[in-house]
Amino acid sequence: MTETISTFFIHLLLLFGLSPLLAGVIARTKALVAGRQGPPVTQLYRDIWKLFRKEMVISETTTWVFRAGPLVGFAVPILAALLVPFGAMHAPLSFTGDAILFVYLLALARFFTILAALDTGSSFEGMGAAREATFSALAEPAIFVAFIVLAHTSGSLTLSSMLRPGPGGELFHGPSSMSLLLVSFSLFIILLAENCRIPFDDPNTHLELTMIHEVMVLDHSGPDLGLILYGAALKLLLSSALVLNLVLPSSGNDLVDTLVFIAGLLLLAVCIGLVESAMARLRLIRIPQLLVGTTMLSFFALLLIVR
Amino acid sequence: MPIPINEILVAVILLNFFILGTSRLGTCIMAVASQGILLALLPPLVHGVNGHSVLLSVGALSIKGVVIPWLLFRAIRRVRIRREVEPRIGYIASLLLSALITTAAFLFADRLPLLPLHIHSFFIPVALSTLGAGFLLLITRRKAITQVLGYLVFENGIFIFGILLVEAMPLMVEAGVLLDMLVAIFVMGIVMNHINREFSTINTEHLSLLKE
Repeated sequence: MTETISTFFIHLLLLFGLSPLLAGVIARTKALVAGRQGPPVTQLYRDIWKLFRKEMVISETTTWVFRAGPLVGFAVPILAALLVPFGAMHAPLSFTGDAILFVYLLALARFFTILAALDTGSSFEGMGAAREATFSALAEPAIFVAFIVLAHTSGSLTLSSMLRPGPGGELFHGPSSMSLLLVSFSLFIILLAENCRIPFDDPNTHLELTMIHEVMVLDHSGPDLGLILYGAALKLLLSSALVLNLVLPSSGNDLVDTLVFIAGLLLLAVCIGLVESAMARLRLIRIPQLLVGTTMLSFFALLLIVR
Repeated sequence: MPIPINEILVAVILLNFFILGTSRLGTCIMAVASQGILLALLPPLVHGVNGHSVLLSVGALSIKGVVIPWLLFRAIRRVRIRREVEPRIGYIASLLLSALITTAAFLFADRLPLLPLHIHSFFIPVALSTLGAGFLLLITRRKAITQVLGYLVFENGIFIFGILLVEAMPLMVEAGVLLDMLVAIFVMGIVMNHINREFSTINTEHLSLLKE
């Protein structure tokens, strides 16, 4: 019992402590590639801390839904994180079919963000909400097909064993290595899409034509905005964990594996930063194409192992 | 170090998807060229290094990987086009169709009465789905140059089939096919120039009327 509780706490500690760092690493990588100094990697911690001490301005036209959006957007990634193993650390919660719950938890968070955006009554935010709904509807098949591949390889429907299809290093040799490689790649693209990173959405702009996610949270301020930023950071760590569990080999030593996992998270953040520096944001009409292409990639991986 | 034949074939299929999903002609040509180069690696890997397979490989590499892409790049520079605009079937639909074709190819290949040696190899399904992708490009795209690319992808599919038959098929046949293709690309280039001069676009739709 005590062991369960301690895994619970270490899991959450890693989640809460590390997640704002990833965004900082991404920003720093982008700055360095562009030849700038960039903000310190701990910038997001400071931003969140600053926002939590601020006053909140709430429009009179909004209802309770507007307040619920950020709260759900913060609470749901925590719930979802309990289902995902972090490297050698087992997931605190795990049961058959939790992969499906995982996807729909993320969808629930998105649903409330969209509702909160619509609740403001601003046409601008409505546009962002429409885009978010469209693109996430296209990303969902991609993630499901990827999960089907993983379920087929591991013969189980729990995320803990799906993401650890073998004793480790399965990705590089083994009968289904090629499919797993394709699936990891498509999960990486889904990571970029779900977390509004560059080929899909530019997290830095506040331009009408380019925004998807940022436009939906324009009316939030103070602690609510802080919750949204923190929730987004949690989600980034969560999706990175999905990819990393597949890619990282395991050595058997739990401490080493956890350290490798943390290093892997930082490395993945650097990779995202490099992708963002190298690519331009896609035109909106090209985004469905890329998402369908990602689904095809996972589908092809499925075809390779099923035959 | 295991021989990466299956990896190459998977990459060929992924390139098919990519070619069907992209609208930039330059990127398309590069993708077709790299598909050709990947395929040129196959004969020595499958049949070992001997005169026949090396000759086939070098021939394919130089024609598919270098000469034809160069000709095509020259052609798009001359007629100054960059993109395929609105194909008859949209990009997403053609991606989905190609996924269907690939699935069908894999299912069909498992039901063919093959030699025991080839029963679970990737060659047959990959060849079939590459043929399908080539057909799809030929049918759905409006620009003459993308149709040429479709023809090339189609030929790549035949080449994959041919690799299985290298021992049975004399070099002359493959050389003949490559030569035919080269001539076809030349002719297409000339035709494209003429269409372009006549209609100031290389849209082949204008060719459906006999008289203006």
